[in-house]
Amino acid sequence: MIKCDTPKEIGGMGHSMKRKEDDRFIQGKGNYVDDIKLPGMLYMDIVRSPYAYAKIKKINTDAAMAIDGVVAVVDGKALEQYNLHWMPTLMSDTQMVLPTDTVMYQAQEVCAVIATSRYAARDGKEAVIVEYEPMKPLMDPYKALNDDAPLLRPDKEGKTDNHIWNWKAGDKEKTDKVFEEADVTVKEQMHIPRIHVASIETCGCVADYDKVNNHLTMYMTTQAPHAIRTVIALVAGHVGLTEEKIRVISPDIGGGFGGKVPVYPGYVIAIAVSFLVGKPVKWIEDRSENLQADSFARDYHITAEMAATKEGKILATRFKILADHGYTDASANPSKFPTGLYSIGTGSYDYGASYMEADAVYTNKPPGGVAYRCSFRVTEAVHAIERITDRLALEIGKDPAQLRMENFIKKEDFPWKSPTGWEYDSGDYHAGLQKAMDAVGYDELRKEQAEKRAKGELMGIGISTFTEIVGAGPSKDFDILGIKMFDSAEIRVHPTGKAIARFGTKSQGQGHETTYAQIIAQELGIPMEHIQVEEGDTDTAPYGLGTYASRSTPTAGAAAAVAARKLRDKAKKIAAYLLEVSEEDLEWEPGKFFVKGAPEKSKTIQELVFAAYTNHPQGMEAGFETTHYYDPPNLTFPSGAYICVVDIDKETGQIDVRRFVAIDDCGNIINPMIVQGQVHGGLTQGIAPAMYESLIYDDDGNILNGTFMDYLVPTAVESPSWETGHTVTPSPHHPIGAKGVGESPTVGAPPAIANAIVDAMSHLGVTHMEIPITPFKVWKTLKEKGAI
Amino acid sequence: MTKEITITLNGEKQSLEVEPRLLLVHLIRENLNQTGTHIGCDTSSCGACTILVDGKSIKSCTMLAIQADGKEIITVEGLATTEGLHPIQEGFKENHGLHCGFCTPGMMMRAVELLENNPNPTEEEIRWGISGNLCRCTGYNNIVKAIQYAGAKIRGDELPSTEPEFV
Ligand code: FES
Ligand code: FES
Repeated sequence: MIKCDTPKEIGGMGHSMKRKEDDRFIQGKGNYVDDIKLPGMLYMDIVRSPYAYAKIKKINTDAAMAIDGVVAVVDGKALEQYNLHWMPTLMSDTQMVLPTDTVMYQAQEVCAVIATSRYAARDGKEAVIVEYEPMKPLMDPYKALNDDAPLLRPDKEGKTDNHIWNWKAGDKEKTDKVFEEADVTVKEQMHIPRIHVASIETCGCVADYDKVNNHLTMYMTTQAPHAIRTVIALVAGHVGLTEEKIRVISPDIGGGFGGKVPVYPGYVIAIAVSFLVGKPVKWIEDRSENLQADSFARDYHITAEMAATKEGKILATRFKILADHGYTDASANPSKFPTGLYSIGTGSYDYGASYMEADAVYTNKPPGGVAYRCSFRVTEAVHAIERITDRLALEIGKDPAQLRMENFIKKEDFPWKSPTGWEYDSGDYHAGLQKAMDAVGYDELRKEQAEKRAKGELMGIGISTFTEIVGAGPSKDFDILGIKMFDSAEIRVHPTGKAIARFGTKSQGQGHETTYAQIIAQELGIPMEHIQVEEGDTDTAPYGLGTYASRSTPTAGAAAAVAARKLRDKAKKIAAYLLEVSEEDLEWEPGKFFVKGAPEKSKTIQELVFAAYTNHPQGMEAGFETTHYYDPPNLTFPSGAYICVVDIDKETGQIDVRRFVAIDDCGNIINPMIVQGQVHGGLTQGIAPAMYESLIYDDDGNILNGTFMDYLVPTAVESPSWETGHTVTPSPHHPIGAKGVGESPTVGAPPAIANAIVDAMSHLGVTHMEIPITPFKVWKTLKEKGAI
Repeated sequence: MTKEITITLNGEKQSLEVEPRLLLVHLIRENLNQTGTHIGCDTSSCGACTILVDGKSIKSCTMLAIQADGKEIITVEGLATTEGLHPIQEGFKENHGLHCGFCTPGMMMRAVELLENNPNPTEEEIRWGISGNLCRCTGYNNIVKAIQYAGAKIRGDELPSTEPEFV
């Protein structure tokens, strides 16, 4: 099923080539930001607020400044002199770099200590004394719009309440009418909790400003180096740091998952300090700071409804959302999409009416939200649709697999227009679910479940058949701060036939050095081992919007293929010239052009490249290189069918994930080993919010689990042994038919797990469980239902 | 105030003056510039900083440099020999046991001791054995495979297939 039409020596698409980047990582030679050490480098540490909402009365830095090695303490007032105390967010809101009078969430940056060593900076931080006047924080988003709620953003002109925006999609009137007339309607209230990406490497930077040349080199953990360069220029252009004076280098990144898309205050402070003192400044946050202050993900309160006939034909869905954005809207979404791509939440089912509405509010929590390995709020949407679909199955007493099979959009109905306006490119949902059911042994499991129930044992089977939406995006709709969301590839082939290729994206573990090389090898026939891939240096790579939302393969991967095809066209012209035939007489096979009917008359790609430098046709431009900026015509729509089997211990509520089968369809596969690895990782980040993770705050705004001691990232013990497979439905509009895969499993897994757990207890009258579903919650529910 | 200590790092004996409060991980990364050992947390939870001290896997963020006085330390930089990669390094590469690579050095150092004590561990023993090391990227399936592969290689058994298996 996996297409493979180059020999392994070339290593084009479909081969499980071992990763090129691994050699350095397994030998301790990766170069992550904290590994960078520059002469004269200073270290920065940040004083953070213990209160969620407080006035700053006084910052006393005397004791800190008296410490050996402490060079400076920078506060909001100091930045204010340069008008650097505020910055824009990606959603055109505003965010403090450092406060001048009020702190808005616990762990907010208050001031920064600069010292000659890491330890001196920490000593200085401990010695700064800040006097606060605490105020009662606003923690409950449902109370944010009450008359007695404090007005959190008086800094925003004309703002009289805590409402940020309202968003709508679909046809309200039509949907309401279907609901009124439907035989069956179901409804559940669900919270998709606030969680944190918690990549094992935290965020950090080394800002290196060279006063003599007025030039900033910014080494930082960013998933989008070019966009960041533009943002820095927008924030600091007025002090002379214009875009040509800025070089952003994103070295090896220890996991991103969306958490390394935003600009955090620490980066801006480091730049400001380096600019003022003329020395390199390093800032590396520690884990607790990372969990407590960096952008959260999710935090959507959703009312989900579905209308259907009594036979189980789905007719309509309705979703009402309350989004808790914390103190500012610092989401990492495309500009025109305040709820990201939530409107994919109509799911994989064929029906015509849907209406969705969201309101966002300010509270005294840290700002966000980012993706957590998800394409812009798709996880929230998928959780709601897949849970409510199961709720319907329960209501009408139909098997949830059967219900899905009867309602799927049919393979032949693609491209399919969704009620919220998306054009799904391709899919074969029936095949995916059937494959998952066969692999897991669905019918036998249902029998086993019935037997267990008769004995009073708890076992559940949960299904999630989701549609993703990735590859943002087509320039007519997608931009970030006005910059269109194309992406780019530049390929240069050297005279000896070896290449370097550079991209506007930035791998954080996805394996781009391998997969991009495979795409180029596929198209040009140059062995992938001879194609070196580089990303993350804005001085050398072409402009692109970076890596997040599974967009690298759909955008930069496409750019690589198109660029390589441009070069192949040039090679063809040279071949025609050298073989003295017309271009129409030539045929391509991986690695060479030959004359039709005379395969002995041929030129290898290496010979043709060499000729481009040594013997090119008169009138043709010499050299063998090109750049392509790819603007996708549509998004891509990967899909998946996941089945989870759980056993629950009644006495303790302990949930054992016995099996988890994931069938993904990401279109044509570039490297099956890497696709599978991405799916494994995404699944573990799917079980995480389903069973373990959420950021918890008390009424006073204190975070109760802001360290790795109590924020439960799954270990190898919690993570099941995943079983994965695929169906292949190529994207019809992508040059190599690929769709993107890194996030599908994170999106699809949580409802499969929640559905399995609810299914295990549905005969007791349980219709819904809020994630993370912990043993305690299960035990409590069993107790309430009188099962124990 | 500083104190003199002597350690052997990856076979090289060295004496250094260190502050008594200096963490071992900072000694290795900052004073000795061996940056393969990483820092992923401040609560001894993640294991990114795992190294071998006298053959035992230790979270080097949880030990003071002065406690390492007189000890033999091996970090990821000391795994490969002139003969080539260590079996655990080969295992990770061949089985796609890493994505971003940030947890990898610590994970491998932990696995080295695990295999030393138990050359033929079951999947469950491996999972419990590495449960002090977090990986956010891989979902652990292939880390388990990588350690099984390294075990086979160390024992001299036939090597398991490194092709991905699909249902
Ligand atoms: S750095 Fe996390 S355990 Fe040492
Ligand atoms: S490979 Fe990224 S944390 Fe393990």
